[in-house]
Amino acid sequence: MKKLLSLGLCFVMTACLFAGCGSSDKYPNGKVYVYNWGEYIDEETIKLFEEETGIEVIYDEFDTNETMYPKIEAGASNYDVVCPSDYMIQKMIDNDLLAKLNWDNLPNARANIGAEYYEQSLAFDPGNLYSVPYCWGTVGILYNTTMVDEPVTGWSILWDETYKDSILMQDSVRDLFMVALKRLGYSMNSTNESELQEAKELLIAQKPLVQAYVIDQVRDKMIGDEAAIGVIYSGEAIYTQRENPNLAYVIPEEGTNIWIDSWVIPKNAENKENAEKFIDFMCRGDIALMNFEFITYSTPNTAARDLIEDDDIRNSEIAFPDLSKYDKLETFSYLGEEADTLYNDLWKEIKSYTSY
Amino acid sequence: MNKKMLSLPYLFWCAAFIIIPLCMVVYYGLTDKTGAFTFANIAAIATAEHAKALWFSLLLSFAGTVICLFLAYPLAMILAGMKVSQHSFIVLIFILPMWMNFLLRTMAWETLLEKNGIINTVLRFLHLPALNIINTPSAIILGMVYNFLPFMVLPIYNALTKIDNNVVNAARDLGAGSFQTFLRIIFPLSLPGVISGITMVFVPALTTFVISTLLGGSKILLIGNVIEQEFTQTGNWHLGSGLSIVLMIFILINMVLSAIFDKDEEGATL
Repeated sequence: MKKLLSLGLCFVMTACLFAGCGSSDKYPNGKVYVYNWGEYIDEETIKLFEEETGIEVIYDEFDTNETMYPKIEAGASNYDVVCPSDYMIQKMIDNDLLAKLNWDNLPNARANIGAEYYEQSLAFDPGNLYSVPYCWGTVGILYNTTMVDEPVTGWSILWDETYKDSILMQDSVRDLFMVALKRLGYSMNSTNESELQEAKELLIAQKPLVQAYVIDQVRDKMIGDEAAIGVIYSGEAIYTQRENPNLAYVIPEEGTNIWIDSWVIPKNAENKENAEKFIDFMCRGDIALMNFEFITYSTPNTAARDLIEDDDIRNSEIAFPDLSKYDKLETFSYLGEEADTLYNDLWKEIKSYTSY
Repeated sequence: MNKKMLSLPYLFWCAAFIIIPLCMVVYYGLTDKTGAFTFANIAAIATAEHAKALWFSLLLSFAGTVICLFLAYPLAMILAGMKVSQHSFIVLIFILPMWMNFLLRTMAWETLLEKNGIINTVLRFLHLPALNIINTPSAIILGMVYNFLPFMVLPIYNALTKIDNNVVNAARDLGAGSFQTFLRIIFPLSLPGVISGITMVFVPALTTFVISTLLGGSKILLIGNVIEQEFTQTGNWHLGSGLSIVLMIFILINMVLSAIFDKDEEGATL
């Protein structure tokens, strides 16, 4: 029995050894640990990167900025590339969690990303030291034209009794408050307690009408005709319309969030050079195009946009809205720890509320 | 010496994955961000939102446990009364879904229960009224019962099969009817199984957060959700740990109760 066991162990160990050899042969240039939003990349591009550079990509996903942050802060998992949103990048810079980029290693990023997106990034990354824009867009209302007859123009429709149990809201604190704050005409970066209390009351009043608070499932539920109206990121709108032509997307007149998700490198990254290679690879025109076509989130990559063959998509009002037409757009900024706590406490009150 | 050596891996396991994490929870729960000692994280259970979440959790997991018990007991009796060849098949059917990930099974219920889900499509086809329980407490209870039912059936079934047939026959000999036999003989003897079944259903039901997120549409905040949110979203590990300690107290109460009832520790073996 013992002999059999040791024989078995030998087998396993040799197998491991060979497996180890195999991977180092295939990937001579080390690894890069990437932490990105769920379904936020065309996985084909990762394979291409691995083939071209000989760097192995270990790829993980998160679903909100707030779940990503504690992991990076704890430093337990050494990610080399992360893709947070604007305000979260600011928070990470403030807390000294990010490494400065070496722009000499990022020629594609310098050449292909439109200047206006770098300019927009200045709000949360002064001097463009830490981040390379990956995707951008707005947050708006996706509605099913067979279920909603009236023209949808603004956030107020989310409080319309007619659509009780057919409304989907975002299950993430800043996105949820943004809707209420904008409807009230306040800034979505408000830290004024009475404004936030007002927003909270509004959201509590809305809760009986809400079918569910979800994140990525808004997409599937809208495609499956489960709900009539949902708050959604603009990038999902094109995808959902492809799957269900009855869906339409509007940017609300009261204003909304215009956001950027950017690549950053955490300070404790062990493979910084590989990380920069990865980021630069993602900024290559053809690669950015592949990603755009797959995830349908607006790309800041002008080279990629020029390569889009379909005129309707290239000039789509959803993917590439003319921002000058909307005047109340805002970008999230990091509000500090105290405000974070206030938001979270108020959010808990909303989630805890039940009408029974 | 040799025997002690054999227990080493288990001791290591215990220390690394049970005792140290528990100490960390206690440490975090009793300190604030600066590392100073405080009871504030535990006292936080008294705030309206937390108390309500705990109350809901207790309520829903109690309902789920009671339903599980009423479903599982007759089933366990049927199983125990069968021949080995027959019951092993049924036990297999019960355990089979547990081979699939718990998360996937719960997500499957989401798809089943949706407004335009499979159940409602069938009901509509049959011209029956639609079932609208998704995103309500009923859906959460359903999820709990579905997921934890095997944990109730198996200990009860174990306890029932251990009952000596002669005891039952003696009762019948002495003139007890089937109802009386059940009430006076079978049920008391199966109590250890019932108690351990209740513990095994109640504890995971009390602490669940996945079921309420998926089947409750994040609209019902259970204490598990509060703790999960403190750890993953808010990043306040101290408060999360403090609330976990409170929850542990409730679990301990449950275990003490079962220890009192289950003196023979018969049902503890699954």
